[in-house]
Amino acid sequence: MSKFIRAILYVGLALAALTFIYPFLWMASSTLKPPGEVGSLALIPDRATLDNYRIMWGRAPFGRALLNSVLVASTVTIAVLIFGSITAYAMARLTFPGKRALNAATMAVLLVPGQLTLIPLYTLIVQLGWIDTYAALIVPYLFNATAILMLRQFFLQIPQSLIDSARMDGMGELRILFTIFWPLARPALAIVAIFTFMGSWNEVLWPLLVVRDQHIMTLPQLLTVFALGGGAGTLGVSLAAAMVLVVPVVAAYMFLQRYFIESMAGAGVKG
Amino acid sequence: MRAEARSGTLLSAPYVLFLLAFAAYPVAFALALVLMHWDLVTTPSFAGLDNVKLLATDTRFWQAVGNTFVFLGLHLPLQIVTALALAVALNRPMMFRAFWRAAFFLPVVISGAVVAILWNALYATDVGLINALLVKAGIAPVPWLTDPRVAMAAIAVMVTWKNVGFYVIIYLAGLQYIPRSCQEAIELDGATAWQRFRHLTLPLLLPQTILVLTLSTINGFQLFIEPYVMTGGGPLRRTFSVVLYMYTNAFSYQKMGYAATIGVALAMIIGTVVAIQRKVVGTAEAL
Repeated sequence: MSKFIRAILYVGLALAALTFIYPFLWMASSTLKPPGEVGSLALIPDRATLDNYRIMWGRAPFGRALLNSVLVASTVTIAVLIFGSITAYAMARLTFPGKRALNAATMAVLLVPGQLTLIPLYTLIVQLGWIDTYAALIVPYLFNATAILMLRQFFLQIPQSLIDSARMDGMGELRILFTIFWPLARPALAIVAIFTFMGSWNEVLWPLLVVRDQHIMTLPQLLTVFALGGGAGTLGVSLAAAMVLVVPVVAAYMFLQRYFIESMAGAGVKG
Repeated sequence: MRAEARSGTLLSAPYVLFLLAFAAYPVAFALALVLMHWDLVTTPSFAGLDNVKLLATDTRFWQAVGNTFVFLGLHLPLQIVTALALAVALNRPMMFRAFWRAAFFLPVVISGAVVAILWNALYATDVGLINALLVKAGIAPVPWLTDPRVAMAAIAVMVTWKNVGFYVIIYLAGLQYIPRSCQEAIELDGATAWQRFRHLTLPLLLPQTILVLTLSTINGFQLFIEPYVMTGGGPLRRTFSVVLYMYTNAFSYQKMGYAATIGVALAMIIGTVVAIQRKVVGTAEAL
């Protein structure tokens, strides 16, 4: 390839990268600007101020929402890892009646569009009396078909001799899973953990249906309600609220980008 | 082995119960709800085909379906072309390759709610970044989200921006499997870069293109948070999406039977559209 074409390629890629990164930089800088300055193109504010954050923090329980998000996403992730591995272990390594049907059902679940089950799930939550509870945000996500199929695939590759010798030593199935399979399956577990956590952290439609109490809201929901309800007032304030949601994700992404890309692209999960 | 069968049954039992409660029951109940009137407060009543009849003649529903097709008509070509172009550009040894890839993927990891609020600000008529750039270039500002003619296009561009990194990864994975020897052979035959792309790369990437088409179509039918945050479905209901209409019926009007009917209809529309796409693209391959 000629030097000239190579130069054009790099300029093109740099411009493309800029369109993905610059909006976030502009957002970060806008949150530090006083209302009159938000429209300016300059990234460095003339008179930097934390007013937007102060207003945002005072008007809605964002600290609480941050804790709610951490609680819900962590619980869901841990549950999906533990329950998902137990299920995947049984489906991959144990023979029991109905195993093939369970495998087929798990694949079928992936084909059902979420829109079909959204309303009946919502009515189920209402009937269980779970509106405005953490259970509504957590329980429907305790198992994840994608995670189970991924872990099952991984568990199938582990040699049977390891299981046989462990059983000879008198180990139970759960001990075999957590002491022999888990250390070997670390890469697969990391992939599942990232896409599960991100899916839960970014979810907004489901919380909008089942939670109305501000104190139970996760960050994306509170942010949406806040920006829509006019609570934000100015652009700078609603962008400041968005920053609370974005900063932890971008920080984690900077250190673990390879795993993020592998995990989220592999699972087909989008926020 | 009996002990093994017992452990297997025991260990998979919680998942079986979960599937029954949160997968099988909702699917069955969705179909039952189609035949019901229910406001969640009074007891449900049998509705016969009322919901289906209402849906068939509900102009607001069909406008939402039409809006989605407008969205897909803009979004799908844009998504495929941008993802393909970026993937082909990245598919060579180069400086900062990991950085470019990570930059394109960045919006994928961000919540749709944040992206909607961010682009609401970028598109803002008076203080938005995009209009500030236009004004600087001597062009009149555009009311991106309040002009009925451009609002859906503005949302389509935003969704393309959010997801393109995801599809770049899919195309890059496909490009890895195109053997170098093929590239070199066709190059020796004197093919230009465009001919190589058109007659070698593009046909070999057909499986990836079908995947990108299917995923972005399904994703397009799920359009919700973008109109919800940015336009409320306006202007003139031009950006009202099917899921937003379903949400409004369930959450604001408490019409569970009708909302579920919209969900069932949407699932059928998605299935049909994806099947047709696959058939059409599959025929294109034979040509």
